[in-house]
Amino acid sequence: MELFELLNFYVIPGIVLGSIYALGAVGITLIFAILRYAHLAHGDLATFGAFVALACVTGMGIPPLAALPIAILVTAAIAVGIDKVFYEHLRDRPKIVTVMASLGIALMLRSVVQVVWGVDTQTYSRGIVRPEDYFGLRIRDRELYTVAALIFLVGGLQLFLTRSKWGKAMRAMSDNPNLALLSGIDNRKVVMLTWVIAGGLCAASGFFLGYNTEIKSMMGWHMLLPMFAAAILGGVGRVEGAVLGGLIVGIAEELSVLVIPSEYKAAMAFAILLFMLLVRPTGLLKGKVL
Amino acid sequence: MEFLGLVNYALFTAIFIAIYALLALGLNIQWGFAGLFNAGIAGFFAVGAYTSAILTTPVDDGRLGGFDLPFVFGWIGAMLAAALVAWPIGKICLRFRSDYLAIASIGVAEIIRLVIKSEEVLTNGARGINAIPRPAGDIGYTESQIAYLVIVLAVLIAAYVLVERQFNAPWGRMMRAIRDNEDAAKAIGKDVEFRRLEAFIFGSALMGLGGALFAHFNRSITPEAIDPMVATFLVWIMLILGGSGNNRGAILGAAVVWIIWSVSEIATDRLPHEYAIQAKYIRLFLIGLMLQLVLRFRPEGLLPEPLRGDLRGSRRTTKSGTDPD
Repeated sequence: MELFELLNFYVIPGIVLGSIYALGAVGITLIFAILRYAHLAHGDLATFGAFVALACVTGMGIPPLAALPIAILVTAAIAVGIDKVFYEHLRDRPKIVTVMASLGIALMLRSVVQVVWGVDTQTYSRGIVRPEDYFGLRIRDRELYTVAALIFLVGGLQLFLTRSKWGKAMRAMSDNPNLALLSGIDNRKVVMLTWVIAGGLCAASGFFLGYNTEIKSMMGWHMLLPMFAAAILGGVGRVEGAVLGGLIVGIAEELSVLVIPSEYKAAMAFAILLFMLLVRPTGLLKGKVL
Repeated sequence: MEFLGLVNYALFTAIFIAIYALLALGLNIQWGFAGLFNAGIAGFFAVGAYTSAILTTPVDDGRLGGFDLPFVFGWIGAMLAAALVAWPIGKICLRFRSDYLAIASIGVAEIIRLVIKSEEVLTNGARGINAIPRPAGDIGYTESQIAYLVIVLAVLIAAYVLVERQFNAPWGRMMRAIRDNEDAAKAIGKDVEFRRLEAFIFGSALMGLGGALFAHFNRSITPEAIDPMVATFLVWIMLILGGSGNNRGAILGAAVVWIIWSVSEIATDRLPHEYAIQAKYIRLFLIGLMLQLVLRFRPEGLLPEPLRGDLRGSRRTTKSGTDPD
C-alpha cells in the first residue's frame, strides 16, 4: 500500500477520531482525578451536547461552528446541574455509588435525547464535502477545525490549570484532597469548575463527532469505552496524557481495520484498556491508579 | 377465555420475574456481598443463553452444533461459559477499585454483542438460534407454562438456598469483611483479589444460567431479544430497590420492578400510535430516575441487609456501604 493511501484513508481519519475521543477523555480524566469516580454518563452527555448544537442549527439557522459555543455553555450548565441534583448528596457515600448513579444518568440523558429529538440519524448540514488536496494529503475543512478545536481548547485548559489560581486549586485537589482542603481550597467551587470544564469539553466532543459523521442518539454511549481507554492509556489525571491516549486510540481503531474484520473496530479500545490495566495501570504518562 | 388469558399472562409474568430474580441474585453476590460493580450483566446473560442454545438444539448445518444434549447439560454449560468469560476480566480488573471493573464490564458486554452479531458460525448472526427445546414443552400451552414455571422456581429456590447458605457461612462473613474494610481483611491475611474473583465468577455463572432459562423459555434467542442497557439496568434497580446484601430483597425487588415495568408497558400501549415510541423512552427515563430516588432516599432498599453475628438484634448505626472508600 502506498504511503499516501495509508495516510489519507487511515491515519488522518484516525487523528480526527482521536481528537474527538481526546476532547471527551480530558473530561473523564479530570473527573476521575479530582472527584475520584468513573463518570459513566460522559458519552451520553456528549450526545446531548451534539443535539443541543443541532437544535441551534435547525432552530436559529446558524452555521454549525457558531452553534458550538452555545452547545458548550448549555452542556456545561447541564453538567453542573446534574452534579448538584444527583451526585452532590452522594459525596460522603462510597464513590462507587456515584458511579452507579452516573449509569442511571446516562440512561436518563439518552432517553431525553430520544424523546425530544427522536431516534433517527441526523446531520448538521446536508451534502457531501469534498476534501481539499494539501500536497497529496486529502483533508476536509471540518477535519482541520476538529484538530484546531482540540489544540485550542486543551491548550487553553492547560494554561488555566498551570497559571490561574483556580486551576492550581484543581490540581491540588487532584494531587492530595485532604491537604488541599486543609489549605483552604473551596471544595464546592473546584467541583463546579470541574463540571463546567468536563461538560463543555464533552459537548465539543459530541459536536465534532456529529460534525464529521452523523448525529445519533447512541453515538455517545459507543464513545464511552474509547474515551475511558484513552484516559487510562494516557494516565488518569494527566490532561496531556488524555490527548495522547485519545489520538492513539483513534488511530489504532482506524488502523485495526487493516488486520481485523471491521466489525471489531470497537473492540480495539477495549483491548487497549485491558492491556494497559495489565501491563501499566498508571498509563503512559504516569497518572494515578485509584 | 378471558380467565385463561389472565392465567397465561400471570404465568408469563411469574416466569420472567423468576428469571430476573436469578439475575438479581447473581448481582447480589457481586455487588451486595463483595462490592463489585458489574455493568455488563446483559453480556453474561447472552453468553449463557447462546451457550445453552448451541448445546441443546438439534444439529444445524449453518453453524456450530447443535449438539442435541439434554437441557440440564445446556444449563450447566451456560454457567461454565459465563464463568469462563468472567474469569479473565476479573483477573485483570479486580486488583483495582471497582470503577475499573465497571468500565471493563461495559466493554465485555459490548464485545459479546459484536461477536453475537457478526460470528454467524457460532450464533447464526441476526437470525438467531431457533427451535431451542423447552423442558416439558410438548404438552398444551398453559400446562407447559405451568411446568416451566415450576422448573424455573425450583432452580431459583435452589440458587437462593445455596447462596443464602454461603452468605451465612464463614465465606459470606469474610466477603462482607472484605467489602466493608478491605485493608483490615488484608491485614488478617485474606486474599482479597482471589475472594473477589470468586464472587465475580459465581455471580456471573448465575447470570449465565438466567440467560439459559430465558432462551429455553422463549424457544429462540436473537441478538435483538434483549436490549443490553435496559436489561442490565433493570437488574441493577431490582437489586438496589429490593435491598442489596439481602437475597430475599433481591427476589422481592425483581418482582416489584418487573411488575412496575410491565404495567407501565401496558399503560403506554394504550397511547395513540404517535406517542408510543416516545412513551417507551419516557419509561426508560423514569426507571433511571427511580434509581436516583432510591439511592437518595432509601439506599438500603425495601429489605435492608440483615444484621448478622454479634450485631444481631442491635440496630447498626452505619448503613451498609456508608463508610468512605
